[in-house]
Amino acid sequence: MQSSLWNDIPSSWYLILSALLFSLGVIGFLIKRTLITVFMSIELMLNAVNLSFVTFAHDWHQVKGQIFVFFVMMVAAAEAAVGLAIIISIFRSRATLNVDQIDLMKL
Amino acid sequence: MHLILFLIFAAFCLGGAVNLLLQTHPINSALSLIVVMSSLAVLYLLLGAEFLAIAQIIVYAGAVMVLFTFVVMLLNVGEEERTHGSKVAKIVGFPAVFAFLSVVTTVVLEAQRHLGAIKLADAMTTMRELSTVLFTDMLLPFELTSVLILIAILGAVALARKEGHS
Amino acid sequence: MNAHLHLWLVPILPFAGFLVNGLLGRRLPKALVSAVALGFPLASLLVVARAALIFFSLKPQPVPWLITYGSWIGAGPLHLDFALYLDQLSLLMLGIITGVGFLIHLYSVGYMAHEDGYWRYFSYLNLFLFFMTVLVLAENYLLMFVGWEGVGLASYLLIGFYYEKKSAANAGKKAFVVNRIGDFGFLLGMFLLLSQFGSLSFYKIGANLTANPALQGGVLTAIALCLVVGACGKSAQIPLYVWLPDAMEGPTPVSALIHAATMVTAGVYMISRTHGIFDRSPLALSVVAIIGAATALFAATIALVQTDIKRVLAYSTISQLGYMFLGCGVAAYSAAVFHLMTHAFFKALLFLAAGSVIHGLNGEQDMRKMGGLWKKLPVTFITMTAGVIAIAGIWPFAGFFSKDAILYEAFQHGSLGKLLYVVGLATALLTSFYMFRLWYLTFLGESRATPAEDHGASVHAHSNTKLVLEAEHTHAVHESPGSMLTPLVILAILSICGGWIGIERFGAYLAPVVGPVIDPALQAGGKSLDFTLSFVAVAVALLGLLIAHFLYFRKNDRAAKLAAAISGPYSLLVHKYWIDELYQNVIVTPLTLGSRYILGWLGEGVIIRGSTWLLGGIATLLGELLRRWQSGNLRSYSAWLAAGAAALILFAVVGAVLGVGGTELRMVWVGH
Repeated sequence: MQSSLWNDIPSSWYLILSALLFSLGVIGFLIKRTLITVFMSIELMLNAVNLSFVTFAHDWHQVKGQIFVFFVMMVAAAEAAVGLAIIISIFRSRATLNVDQIDLMKL
Repeated sequence: MHLILFLIFAAFCLGGAVNLLLQTHPINSALSLIVVMSSLAVLYLLLGAEFLAIAQIIVYAGAVMVLFTFVVMLLNVGEEERTHGSKVAKIVGFPAVFAFLSVVTTVVLEAQRHLGAIKLADAMTTMRELSTVLFTDMLLPFELTSVLILIAILGAVALARKEGHS
Repeated sequence: MNAHLHLWLVPILPFAGFLVNGLLGRRLPKALVSAVALGFPLASLLVVARAALIFFSLKPQPVPWLITYGSWIGAGPLHLDFALYLDQLSLLMLGIITGVGFLIHLYSVGYMAHEDGYWRYFSYLNLFLFFMTVLVLAENYLLMFVGWEGVGLASYLLIGFYYEKKSAANAGKKAFVVNRIGDFGFLLGMFLLLSQFGSLSFYKIGANLTANPALQGGVLTAIALCLVVGACGKSAQIPLYVWLPDAMEGPTPVSALIHAATMVTAGVYMISRTHGIFDRSPLALSVVAIIGAATALFAATIALVQTDIKRVLAYSTISQLGYMFLGCGVAAYSAAVFHLMTHAFFKALLFLAAGSVIHGLNGEQDMRKMGGLWKKLPVTFITMTAGVIAIAGIWPFAGFFSKDAILYEAFQHGSLGKLLYVVGLATALLTSFYMFRLWYLTFLGESRATPAEDHGASVHAHSNTKLVLEAEHTHAVHESPGSMLTPLVILAILSICGGWIGIERFGAYLAPVVGPVIDPALQAGGKSLDFTLSFVAVAVALLGLLIAHFLYFRKNDRAAKLAAAISGPYSLLVHKYWIDELYQNVIVTPLTLGSRYILGWLGEGVIIRGSTWLLGGIATLLGELLRRWQSGNLRSYSAWLAAGAAALILFAVVGAVLGVGGTELRMVWVGH
């Protein structure tokens, strides 16, 4: 039998990776100044959570975990479409995508 | 073997994510994100989710990120400017993130003995299993998701078209 | 039997007069106001007379009559009733109050005839009668205190009768405030009485005292001294006498009634009532005697140099009250009350006669501008002479008997008593001197009045509510109307024969109340000592007359030369020993400044304005802070979101780990 680490990666590593990715996504959300880049950070966060789901699905032998990831993907795709459309219309009215300069609710 | 694969692709994930943060031009950030998505797909495979790995490539890396790239190029978004925005974001946000990360890490490490391990030899989740559950137990959410996507299309079209069109 | 006396009528009738005149008087014709004002006190006097007749017709003398009209305070062990108490002492006081009071009401009809506030004056005067009778008839200290405060109120109202004149308003305030200080002492005394005896009723306290013959000194001294403070305030003794001279701002009949005959004697009455406690505390008695003698001498010295006729009489009143205190202080309560009675007669007479003079001179009060009035005001002159001789203590007028009794008792009272006797004798000399000085300056010699006062259109200055030049009211110096002269005559007769009852019979009359008077026949030295002392007293009085004659008969400058020779002490006397200025600078000004500082700066400024500023400031500050939070900036919103989420997670996880907050972390293994 090989050393347990060579073949058996503890689930906690995947989970920690997921947490790290999520944190990086939050940090990106906080420090990025272009609207599109902020949106990308959101996508990163979603993906991190997906990883976590899949890990648990594997751990507990649940298919439903993976199906959940499937739905998350669908929703993320839809959200990306609509979000980018919004970004386009914002750009059209304000000519800037700088987050700090978009601080009025009135378009 | 498993370890090496995991380490390589985990490094790609993290590297891509960090690069996303560090790059100033959005197009570079988008490309980094594609790297992250792809690495995640491989990790899914390692975790035994073959369908999801493919779906990740097709949907995320292939469609969503392409859409992002299109928009970046369409809007001709330049490099980020250094504006003086909010100092609060850094002062309040970073500690929060740090706190979150530490809490989760601690919990996970504590619970490690209860969680299992991932083996390369674990069985893959077959398409058959997945689709069985998807189209029987989860049929309603599945259909609703398709309606959702339809609405999203309509919304995107409505939002993005030029003014003056009826 | 008791109910037939209808004692309740005695206070209520004047009160009814007060209500009628006070509420309706403005609209009633003057004759009706006068009728009401005279009728009610007269009715009260008749009730008292009837009670006296019944009282004396019963032999043997009945015990004091106690008539209870219902319970007043019933709080735990403390019970007080609305109860009236008639014994020899209160009967005597009632007689003086209603009798002299009625005469003064009659006098006022003539004196105040031209005043605007005629109805107001009489309503206040009736109010005063009401409170004074309550004071005298009260069965317990608290009801007496009601009367005590009430006469202070009436005094304030009447002193400040000419309220538009600033000096009158200030004098009223001063009287009230100084009295208040005395009342504080009275209240303390009442609290001590309550704690010691559990009751404020004279009857119960007296019974308690006779049941405990061993109770001496200590608490009783404290009670007595507190009550003495109250008596000093009301009876104008040192150090609370300063209000009485200023009280002369009021109309002259007011000075006669309140500040000579009745209100100021309330202190003496109260001490006589409380004699049971004073007898047990030699220290308190000595204090009273010393205060009395010192005040008597002190006031007499000031009266020597006063030029306002009413001021002389005011200081004379303070001095005579000192005699009464001296009498109480040597435990000769009967002598003190005897002097109270004779003093009521001749002092009221003196004030009313002075009022007649002032009225006749159209408002002039300065003696330096009088003179030669014996021809123009004959009745006033004769009656005033009777009063002057009486107060000087010359036999056989009333003042002699009472003053002599006090001096005799003082002499018998040990070595302190002999010292006080000397003081009292010196005061008698001074009293005789300044009274005859007043007599000479006012009535005898040539007129020093300037032509304006003598005749012609003069300012009707004693009506100070309006300064009116009454062209048609020009009259020469004239005698007063009958309504004013009749009381003068009656009081003059009383001043002559009021003392003939003699201290022995008087003492015997009051003995059931205040204890037996010392019979001179039984004392060491006996009757010869008594005769010697009386002789000395009369000689001293005549000496005063001679000195006054020397200095003031016929216009001369001997008085002026004497004043110049002793200019230092003279100046001290003229400025009344600078006591008013002392009080003003040491007490009044610091208090005013202090309260202005505390109430003004600290109270209103810091506390009130400060706290409102603080509250407003806090609200504004919070608003400013919260406003910045909603900046519209996406990144800050997201930062706060992250912070909130992290906090929630921390709370849940850490709570679960530590076992607090009811959160639990359970690993559920579901699976195949």
